[in-house]
Amino acid sequence: MDTEPLSKLDPAYTTVMRIEGTLTVLPFLIGALVLGLAEALPTPFTWAPMIVPVLIALVMVILIPLKRYRSRGFHMSDDRLRVVKGVMFHADTVVPFSRVQHLDVEQGPLERIFGIARLILHTAGTHNSSVTLPGLPHADAVAMREEIRAHVKRESL
Amino acid sequence: MNEPAAVTEAAPDVEMDEWLRVNPLSMMVQMARTMVQAVIPAIAVLYGAASSDDYGAGAFAPYLVPILGAIIGFNLLGAWLGWVRLRYRVGENDVRLEQGIISRSARSVPYERIQDVSLEQKLVPRLLGLVEVKFETGAGGKEELKLAYVSEAEGEKLRETVRALVEGDTLAPAASGIAAPTTQAAAEPAGRTLFAMDTARLFTFGLFNFSLVVFAVLLGALQQLEFLLPFDAWDYIADIFRDDRIADAGALVKGYSTAAQILAILYAVGAVVVVGMASGVVRTFVRDWDFRLERTPKGFRRRRGLLTKTDVVMPVHRVQALTIKTGWLRRRFGWHGLSFISLAQDSGGANHDVAPFAKMAEIAPIANEAGFTLPDESADWRRASADYYFDRALFQAFIPVVAGLVLGLQGFAIPAALLFGLAAFLAFGEYYRWRFVRHALDPKQVLSRRGWLAPGYKIASRVKLHSVEIAQHPLARWRGYCTLRFGLAGGALAFEGLSLQDAREMRGAVLDSIAAVDFAKLPR
Repeated sequence: MDTEPLSKLDPAYTTVMRIEGTLTVLPFLIGALVLGLAEALPTPFTWAPMIVPVLIALVMVILIPLKRYRSRGFHMSDDRLRVVKGVMFHADTVVPFSRVQHLDVEQGPLERIFGIARLILHTAGTHNSSVTLPGLPHADAVAMREEIRAHVKRESL
Repeated sequence: MNEPAAVTEAAPDVEMDEWLRVNPLSMMVQMARTMVQAVIPAIAVLYGAASSDDYGAGAFAPYLVPILGAIIGFNLLGAWLGWVRLRYRVGENDVRLEQGIISRSARSVPYERIQDVSLEQKLVPRLLGLVEVKFETGAGGKEELKLAYVSEAEGEKLRETVRALVEGDTLAPAASGIAAPTTQAAAEPAGRTLFAMDTARLFTFGLFNFSLVVFAVLLGALQQLEFLLPFDAWDYIADIFRDDRIADAGALVKGYSTAAQILAILYAVGAVVVVGMASGVVRTFVRDWDFRLERTPKGFRRRRGLLTKTDVVMPVHRVQALTIKTGWLRRRFGWHGLSFISLAQDSGGANHDVAPFAKMAEIAPIANEAGFTLPDESADWRRASADYYFDRALFQAFIPVVAGLVLGLQGFAIPAALLFGLAAFLAFGEYYRWRFVRHALDPKQVLSRRGWLAPGYKIASRVKLHSVEIAQHPLARWRGYCTLRFGLAGGALAFEGLSLQDAREMRGAVLDSIAAVDFAKLPR
């Protein structure tokens, strides 16, 4: 069961992560730019404060979203959902539909612009009480929610 | 509480769908509590006023009685308002509680979410014949619904009614009408005693509960109540150092013969041990006095306590897992403690102590009663990856070895040797863990054995798990091991350092048994 091919997330998820990364780094970039324009440091080092934020920006905007996108995946079989994630810290979680307490489909403003959503499965366990699967096309997330819900309802009747 | 059957017969029926107030005597308890809290500040104020200046005490004296009267009056008013503004209702679908003098809060707990109803009696309510009723929902901590206080008979009655409604809700949805007569018949049937602790057992238990907390309490009290002492304690201690009295004491000890010195040390150690054991015995007696675990048709019923009496009933199907614990010393004498993991809370802890101090032969029948079987050597015990323990041993020994090398090169031989000894001890501990920490999977349960000096067991039912996760950090990925974590309601169950293949096999097997049974169809 661990050999089955994982489904990839929507590529728009990478874009959303890139924009989020940009928004996080932007204040530091502006700060460094102001330092440079004000010529706070002597001549050869005028633009030195830019180095650190630019490096961070490269990592956060280009590298991490790509790696994160590549490391994530999921597989939905007829009675369980498997969610795989983690660039450095790898986690591979399986939730049987029969243990799902309730389901959420959530969208932030950025996610809404790009038409993707997060599917959240809640269980009664203390560990992994909610398992989040981000970066699904909104229609897919809703379809998956309906399918899992139908399964839960059918089982408990 | 001692004769629940007789009490419940005399009790009136719990009124359904009626708004009720708690017992008026709870005002007394509330007042007693605020008064006790006010006593120490009041003494401080009076003491301060009396000793501040000459006419201070004189000016203060005429107002003493009115001020005290006003404090008592405010307390009385507050307690009365609190009582008037608190009401509860046992309805058709839920228990409701509305409270608050100015800002109101209304809480409703649906029956199907009530895990358990427990009764608790602290000292003052107990003198007045009152109990606190707690409706446990598994939300934990402060979020549960508490009724403080109702009379003992009313509490007993309320518990029976609500429990019957909870059961009725899960067995037959529209049985609330039928529930009332069955309640009458089944009101606290005499249970079969599964486990009880007599005074001798409690005393032995207390000896193992060695605790030095009494010294901390004494120091704390000294700090708080220092102003009552006729001399300044801290100055006195400072004097011991300043006036060379400590040197005098040292010289005195030095003057003794070697035998006397050893005797003095033994005396000091012995005194600490005796005080520690005595406080352990006292604490154990206060908490576990008259400990009784019974099997009633509704579940497990546990009663204990000397000053604060508690009475908890836990339905069998709410038991998610068992833990068996022991201590490094008590283990040598064959003593173990059994507790249940469930969603409800037990005086702050998530586990319910059901047999805190028992022999394995006594624990096994209780575990069977809860639907679990204790593992034996025939189980398919497996070990975690040796690589995992090797890495851990390396990490643990690293800092002491480096520090030892640095010190050794600078010529501090003894500390260096001690640090090397520590490193060897830690590394040996990991080797020992590799040999003794095990996990197993049997057809119905997941078993775990942890611990080095005091090995403990955790036994979880396979169908009561909620999710399975395989996690790896970068080192684990490089070295090829992983952590297997199960989603267990009310507790944690994880196996560290498993080989990837073993973890995948276990995950597959457990998932198949979970997926086969729906959560709603679990025995409830």
